[in-house]
Amino acid sequence: MKLIIAIIQPSKLEEVKEELYKQEVNLITVSEVLGHGRQKGVTEIYRGAKETGNLLRKIKMEIAVNENFVEPAIKAIIKGAKTGEIGDGKIFVLDLQECVRIRTEERGSVAIG
Amino acid sequence: MVNSGDTAWVLMSSALVLLMTPALAFFYGGMVRRKNVLSVLMQCFIVMCVLSIHWVLIDYSLSFAPAKGFWGGFAWFGLRGVGLEPYADYAGTIPHQAFMIYQCMFAIITPALIIGAFAERMKFSAFLIFTLLWATFVYAPLCHWVWGMGGWLRNLGALDFAGGTVVHINAGIAALVTALILGKRVNLDKNVPAPHNMPFVVLGTGLLWFGWFGFNAGSALAANGLAVNAFVVTNTAAAAAGLSWALIEWLHNGKPTIFGLCSGAVAGLVAITPAAGFVSVIPAIIIGLLVSVFSFIAVAVIKPKLGYDDSLDAFGVHCVGGIWGALATGLFASKLVNPQGANGLFFGNPKQFIIQALTVLVTIGYTFIVTFVIYKLVDLLIGVRVKKEEELMGLDLTQHHERAYTVLE
Repeated sequence: MKLIIAIIQPSKLEEVKEELYKQEVNLITVSEVLGHGRQKGVTEIYRGAKETGNLLRKIKMEIAVNENFVEPAIKAIIKGAKTGEIGDGKIFVLDLQECVRIRTEERGSVAIG
Repeated sequence: MVNSGDTAWVLMSSALVLLMTPALAFFYGGMVRRKNVLSVLMQCFIVMCVLSIHWVLIDYSLSFAPAKGFWGGFAWFGLRGVGLEPYADYAGTIPHQAFMIYQCMFAIITPALIIGAFAERMKFSAFLIFTLLWATFVYAPLCHWVWGMGGWLRNLGALDFAGGTVVHINAGIAALVTALILGKRVNLDKNVPAPHNMPFVVLGTGLLWFGWFGFNAGSALAANGLAVNAFVVTNTAAAAAGLSWALIEWLHNGKPTIFGLCSGAVAGLVAITPAAGFVSVIPAIIIGLLVSVFSFIAVAVIKPKLGYDDSLDAFGVHCVGGIWGALATGLFASKLVNPQGANGLFFGNPKQFIIQALTVLVTIGYTFIVTFVIYKLVDLLIGVRVKKEEELMGLDLTQHHERAYTVLE
């Protein structure tokens, strides 16, 4: 079992979701986060006071999958989120130790899907 | 002879109509995504700044200086000759400048209405030039034809009490033109963005309803019975239309929504605008109940079918509501309400209905063509639409370098 964490552009969320659904990855958690990597924020100006290097809005997706879904999920995220510009985001893949479905108390691979 | 009661009411009404532009800013601002809310507020407020000055310098003269022909000309440039004594041809009991500043508020809100069509994707600089040209070459001539001394539609006998043609059809058609040629917002086919702050929409609607009493009852230009009639039918039509839209949704979608009720109330206010000084209360209820049917069909059926992206339904609400209101005036107008008006079709005068229909057609035709030309001109000069990356990031950050809401302190 793996936990996939993807940081993407907010405007790409719909496309990524669509690509994931095509790969039958339906269970995702999405949150709005702030951050920046190499892409700098836009300068903001309030009554003449400049604020530079501000954090940009990004979307964080968390997806728990079984091994055979890892590559399809990664490919789907790339397909939906890639523009080739700086700021497209990152995908992290982590080992997942345990997964419990609260309703049934099932554990492990069967609880993920 | 200046009447203090009349003057007080017209000044108060001017303030009420001014308030409608900030009201519209919140009505529209709530509907856009939060990355664009400031751009909409900014567009509405800059219109207040720019067109207030434009009006006293030149646009009042172009709109209202007495003349036959294309517009009023330059006789009242910079308010020369527009003083504190009444100008009886427009309003005999209030200072001429009171009439002028009252009309100023209409000239401000009309171009602001168009913002709904191109929200979330127009360059701020292009917006400014477009608005100035539109106020000069679309609003002023049309205003002169319908309301100005010597205006040919006025002389024809067209009835437009508070601006159904001059304000709402006019802005609504301009909205359709800009939405059509500007094209859809990016990624719209994937999901229709939900309004980012519905309470703003409701707040804006409440303030619009409030301000509209100045718009319609103020158009009597006196504190008299006609103003009271306009006040009563305005409130009644808004109520009927808000209720009607909510009921349509209840039947059609299973649940009534506050967004629907607000859309209906505004449509009702639009529709009663040309009729407010000519119809009584039962026609007002009919006008209100039906406008929501027409506008609902326009925004929920026709717009998705034709596929133009009128972001905030400036066309569906203002143009459709305005056309219905102008035609309804030709149906329900009665000399019992206003002896200086005319009888409509249902009171034995089919000719009035034809005049109303002709006025609607002239407005649609003129506004469509000239708005198109102005848009193309601005597009050639500096380009109207923001870049795709700017649209994705949002107009608040890219056009104004500020954002409405922080995520972290």
